[in-house]
Amino acid sequence: MRRGALTMGKNSRAVTETIERFLDSTLESVDDAEELALQEAEKAGVPEDDLHKIAMAVRESMVNAVVHGNRYNAHKKVHLSVTKSPAEFVVTIADQGEGFDYEHLPDPLAQENLLRHSGRGIFLIKAFMDDFQVRRLEPAGTEVTLVKHLVSK
Amino acid sequence: MSVKLSTRQVGDVNVVDVAGRITLGEGSSALRDLLRDMVGKSQKKILLNLGDVSYIDSSGIGELVSGFTTVTNQGGQLKLLNLTKRVKDLLQITKLYTVFDVHDDEAAAVRSFA
Repeated sequence: MRRGALTMGKNSRAVTETIERFLDSTLESVDDAEELALQEAEKAGVPEDDLHKIAMAVRESMVNAVVHGNRYNAHKKVHLSVTKSPAEFVVTIADQGEGFDYEHLPDPLAQENLLRHSGRGIFLIKAFMDDFQVRRLEPAGTEVTLVKHLVSK
Repeated sequence: MSVKLSTRQVGDVNVVDVAGRITLGEGSSALRDLLRDMVGKSQKKILLNLGDVSYIDSSGIGELVSGFTTVTNQGGQLKLLNLTKRVKDLLQITKLYTVFDVHDDEAAAVRSFA
Protein backbone atom coordinates (compact mmCIF):
# COMPACT_ATOMS: atom_id res chain seq x y z
CA MET A 1 0.00 0.00 0.00
CA ARG A 2 1.28 3.44 -0.79
CA ARG A 3 0.13 6.84 0.24
CA GLY A 4 1.65 10.23 -0.20
CA ALA A 5 0.63 13.60 1.13
CA LEU A 6 1.68 17.09 0.26
CA THR A 7 1.15 20.11 2.43
CA MET A 8 1.21 23.32 0.41
CA GLY A 9 2.53 26.59 1.79
CA LYS A 10 1.11 30.06 1.13
CA ASN A 11 3.30 30.45 -1.93
CA SER A 12 2.11 27.08 -3.24
CA ARG A 13 5.53 25.54 -2.67
CA ALA A 14 5.44 22.10 -1.10
CA VAL A 15 6.79 22.42 2.43
CA THR A 16 6.30 18.91 3.68
CA GLU A 17 5.96 15.59 1.97
CA THR A 18 5.12 12.29 3.59
CA ILE A 19 5.61 8.85 2.12
CA GLU A 20 4.13 5.82 3.82
CA ARG A 21 4.60 2.09 3.43
CA PHE A 22 3.05 -0.92 5.13
CA LEU A 23 5.76 -3.56 5.14
CA ASP A 24 5.87 -7.26 5.87
CA SER A 25 7.72 -8.47 8.93
CA THR A 26 10.76 -9.71 7.02
CA LEU A 27 14.43 -8.85 6.74
CA GLU A 28 13.76 -7.82 3.12
CA SER A 29 11.55 -5.07 4.53
CA VAL A 30 14.49 -3.88 6.62
CA ASP A 31 16.54 -3.43 3.44
CA ASP A 32 13.59 -1.83 1.60
CA ALA A 33 12.95 0.69 4.39
CA GLU A 34 16.60 1.58 4.63
CA GLU A 35 16.83 2.10 0.88
CA LEU A 36 13.68 4.25 0.78
CA ALA A 37 14.85 6.41 3.67
CA LEU A 38 18.25 6.82 2.06
CA GLN A 39 16.74 7.85 -1.29
CA GLU A 40 14.38 10.35 0.31
CA ALA A 41 17.12 11.78 2.52
CA GLU A 42 19.26 12.32 -0.57
CA LYS A 43 16.36 14.10 -2.29
CA ALA A 44 15.85 16.23 0.82
CA GLY A 45 19.42 17.43 0.59
CA VAL A 46 20.63 15.73 3.76
CA PRO A 47 24.41 16.17 4.00
CA GLU A 48 26.54 13.20 2.96
CA ASP A 49 27.80 12.61 6.49
CA ASP A 50 24.26 12.26 7.81
CA LEU A 51 22.95 9.94 5.07
CA HIS A 52 24.69 6.89 6.47
CA LYS A 53 23.58 7.76 10.01
CA ILE A 54 19.94 8.00 8.96
CA ALA A 55 20.17 4.77 6.94
CA MET A 56 21.66 2.92 9.87
CA ALA A 57 19.18 4.34 12.41
CA VAL A 58 16.31 3.27 10.14
CA ARG A 59 17.88 -0.16 9.74
CA GLU A 60 18.27 -0.66 13.49
CA SER A 61 14.70 0.54 14.13
CA MET A 62 13.31 -1.73 11.43
CA VAL A 63 15.19 -4.71 12.87
CA ASN A 64 13.67 -3.95 16.27
CA ALA A 65 10.18 -3.74 14.71
CA VAL A 66 10.49 -6.90 12.58
CA VAL A 67 12.52 -9.12 14.90
CA HIS A 68 11.70 -7.99 18.45
CA GLY A 69 8.32 -6.32 17.87
CA ASN A 70 6.44 -8.37 15.29
CA ARG A 71 8.72 -11.41 15.71
CA TYR A 72 8.59 -12.13 11.96
CA ASN A 73 4.81 -12.69 12.27
CA ALA A 74 3.39 -12.82 8.72
CA HIS A 75 0.09 -11.37 9.97
CA LYS A 76 1.71 -8.28 11.42
CA LYS A 77 2.89 -5.26 9.46
CA VAL A 78 5.40 -2.50 10.01
CA HIS A 79 4.17 1.00 9.22
CA LEU A 80 6.94 3.17 7.82
CA SER A 81 6.49 6.90 7.37
CA VAL A 82 9.09 9.29 5.94
CA THR A 83 8.38 13.02 6.19
CA LYS A 84 10.52 15.68 4.58
CA SER A 85 10.32 19.37 5.36
CA PRO A 86 12.82 22.19 5.01
CA ALA A 87 13.57 21.98 8.73
CA GLU A 88 13.81 18.28 9.38
CA PHE A 89 13.79 14.74 8.07
CA VAL A 90 11.53 12.49 10.13
CA VAL A 91 11.06 8.73 9.99
CA THR A 92 8.48 6.89 12.07
CA ILE A 93 8.41 3.11 12.32
CA ALA A 94 5.53 1.35 14.05
CA ASP A 95 5.16 -2.35 14.73
CA GLN A 96 2.22 -4.37 16.04
CA GLY A 97 4.12 -6.28 18.70
CA GLU A 98 3.85 -6.41 22.45
CA GLY A 99 6.55 -3.80 22.98
CA PHE A 100 9.41 -3.71 25.40
CA ASP A 101 10.77 -1.41 28.05
CA TYR A 102 12.89 1.20 26.28
CA GLU A 103 13.47 3.05 29.54
CA HIS A 104 15.49 0.36 31.25
CA LEU A 105 17.84 -1.02 28.63
CA PRO A 106 21.30 -2.09 29.82
CA ASP A 107 24.02 0.46 29.06
CA PRO A 108 26.09 -1.05 26.21
CA LEU A 109 29.05 1.12 27.23
CA ALA A 110 29.21 -0.27 30.77
CA GLN A 111 32.33 -2.35 31.28
CA GLU A 112 30.31 -5.48 32.12
CA ASN A 113 28.27 -5.11 28.90
CA LEU A 114 31.05 -4.26 26.43
CA LEU A 115 31.45 -7.82 25.21
CA ARG A 116 27.76 -8.64 24.99
CA HIS A 117 26.60 -9.90 21.61
CA SER A 118 23.59 -7.58 21.39
CA GLY A 119 22.07 -4.48 22.94
CA ARG A 120 23.68 -1.69 20.88
CA GLY A 121 20.84 -0.90 18.44
CA ILE A 122 18.99 1.76 20.43
CA PHE A 123 22.26 3.28 21.58
CA LEU A 124 23.39 3.69 17.97
CA ILE A 125 20.04 5.18 16.91
CA LYS A 126 20.31 7.80 19.67
CA ALA A 127 23.92 8.50 18.72
CA PHE A 128 23.08 8.98 15.04
CA MET A 129 19.85 10.99 15.20
CA ASP A 130 19.08 14.43 16.64
CA ASP A 131 15.93 13.23 18.35
CA PHE A 132 14.49 9.82 19.17
CA GLN A 133 11.02 9.24 20.62
CA VAL A 134 9.21 6.05 21.57
CA ARG A 135 5.45 5.72 21.95
CA ARG A 136 3.30 2.76 22.95
CA LEU A 137 0.38 2.18 20.60
CA GLU A 138 -3.08 0.91 21.50
CA PRO A 139 -4.11 -1.86 21.48
CA ALA A 140 -0.62 -3.11 20.67
CA GLY A 141 2.57 -1.91 19.10
CA THR A 142 5.49 0.43 19.46
CA GLU A 143 6.18 3.52 17.37
CA VAL A 144 9.60 5.10 17.20
CA THR A 145 10.25 8.52 15.69
CA LEU A 146 13.67 9.40 14.32
CA VAL A 147 14.47 13.04 13.61
CA LYS A 148 17.40 14.65 11.81
CA HIS A 149 17.40 18.46 11.79
CA LEU A 150 18.21 19.98 8.42
CA VAL A 151 18.61 23.59 9.46
CA SER A 152 22.18 24.73 9.97
CA LYS A 153 23.20 24.52 13.59
CA MET B 1 24.93 -7.27 -1.77
CA SER B 2 25.77 -9.43 1.18
CA VAL B 3 29.10 -10.39 2.62
CA LYS B 4 31.95 -12.14 0.83
CA LEU B 5 34.51 -14.02 2.90
CA SER B 6 37.76 -15.49 1.68
CA THR B 7 40.57 -16.97 3.72
CA ARG B 8 44.29 -17.21 3.12
CA GLN B 9 47.24 -18.20 5.24
CA VAL B 10 50.21 -15.93 5.94
CA GLY B 11 52.76 -17.87 8.00
CA ASP B 12 50.73 -19.37 10.83
CA VAL B 13 48.15 -16.59 10.72
CA ASN B 14 44.81 -17.08 8.99
CA VAL B 15 43.72 -13.92 7.25
CA VAL B 16 40.03 -13.50 6.46
CA ASP B 17 39.31 -10.93 3.75
CA VAL B 18 35.83 -9.61 4.39
CA ALA B 19 33.97 -7.63 1.72
CA GLY B 20 30.45 -6.22 1.59
CA ARG B 21 27.93 -5.89 4.38
CA ILE B 22 28.07 -7.48 7.81
CA THR B 23 24.43 -7.02 8.75
CA LEU B 24 21.67 -9.03 10.38
CA GLY B 25 20.89 -12.14 8.36
CA GLU B 26 23.20 -13.75 5.86
CA GLY B 27 26.11 -11.38 6.41
CA SER B 28 26.53 -11.80 10.13
CA SER B 29 25.70 -15.52 10.21
CA ALA B 30 28.26 -16.27 7.46
CA LEU B 31 30.99 -14.60 9.51
CA ARG B 32 29.88 -16.41 12.67
CA ASP B 33 29.93 -19.80 10.92
CA LEU B 34 33.36 -19.20 9.41
CA LEU B 35 34.93 -18.15 12.72
CA ARG B 36 33.44 -21.14 14.54
CA ASP B 37 34.68 -23.42 11.79
CA MET B 38 38.20 -21.97 12.02
CA VAL B 39 38.34 -22.32 15.80
CA GLY B 40 37.05 -25.89 15.42
CA LYS B 41 39.99 -26.60 13.13
CA SER B 42 42.39 -25.10 15.70
CA GLN B 43 43.03 -22.07 13.52
CA LYS B 44 43.36 -19.66 16.39
CA LYS B 45 45.43 -16.82 14.97
CA ILE B 46 42.85 -14.93 13.01
CA LEU B 47 43.26 -11.58 11.30
CA LEU B 48 40.04 -10.08 9.97
CA ASN B 49 40.73 -7.75 7.05
CA LEU B 50 37.74 -5.38 7.03
CA GLY B 51 39.12 -3.03 4.36
CA ASP B 52 36.32 -3.79 1.89
CA VAL B 53 33.47 -3.80 4.39
CA SER B 54 31.00 -1.19 3.20
CA TYR B 55 28.55 -1.45 6.05
CA ILE B 56 28.26 -2.99 9.47
CA ASP B 57 25.21 -2.77 11.75
CA SER B 58 24.75 -3.58 15.45
CA SER B 59 24.27 -7.25 14.57
CA GLY B 60 27.58 -7.22 12.70
CA ILE B 61 29.29 -5.55 15.64
CA GLY B 62 27.82 -8.30 17.81
CA GLU B 63 29.35 -10.93 15.56
CA LEU B 64 32.77 -9.30 15.77
CA VAL B 65 32.50 -9.25 19.57
CA SER B 66 31.26 -12.85 19.74
CA GLY B 67 34.02 -13.96 17.38
CA PHE B 68 36.56 -12.17 19.54
CA THR B 69 35.33 -13.83 22.76
CA THR B 70 35.00 -17.27 21.12
CA VAL B 71 38.56 -17.19 19.79
CA THR B 72 39.99 -15.68 22.98
CA ASN B 73 38.23 -18.25 25.19
CA GLN B 74 39.83 -21.00 23.11
CA GLY B 75 43.25 -19.53 23.77
CA GLY B 76 43.49 -17.85 20.38
CA GLN B 77 43.74 -14.30 19.09
CA LEU B 78 41.44 -12.38 16.78
CA LYS B 79 42.68 -9.05 15.44
CA LEU B 80 41.31 -6.49 13.02
CA LEU B 81 42.99 -5.02 9.94
CA ASN B 82 42.22 -2.04 7.67
CA LEU B 83 39.17 -0.52 9.31
CA THR B 84 37.22 1.90 7.15
CA LYS B 85 36.38 5.23 8.75
CA ARG B 86 32.78 4.15 9.28
CA VAL B 87 33.72 0.92 11.03
CA LYS B 88 36.37 2.68 13.08
CA ASP B 89 33.84 5.34 14.15
CA LEU B 90 31.34 2.64 15.11
CA LEU B 91 33.88 0.79 17.22
CA GLN B 92 34.89 4.04 18.88
CA ILE B 93 31.39 5.16 19.87
CA THR B 94 30.60 1.67 21.17
CA LYS B 95 33.88 1.71 23.14
CA LEU B 96 35.05 -1.44 21.36
CA TYR B 97 37.99 0.14 19.57
CA THR B 98 40.28 -0.47 22.54
CA VAL B 99 38.95 -4.00 23.06
CA PHE B 100 40.25 -5.13 19.68
CA ASP B 101 43.87 -5.11 18.55
CA VAL B 102 43.54 -2.98 15.41
CA HIS B 103 46.16 -2.72 12.66
CA ASP B 104 46.62 -0.75 9.45
CA ASP B 105 49.53 -2.74 8.05
CA GLU B 106 49.10 -6.42 7.25
CA ALA B 107 52.73 -7.43 7.64
CA ALA B 108 52.95 -5.73 11.03
CA ALA B 109 49.64 -7.27 12.05
CA VAL B 110 50.87 -10.76 11.14
CA ARG B 111 54.08 -10.19 13.09
CA SER B 112 52.10 -9.08 16.15
CA PHE B 113 50.67 -12.56 16.70
CA ALA B 114 52.72 -14.23 19.41
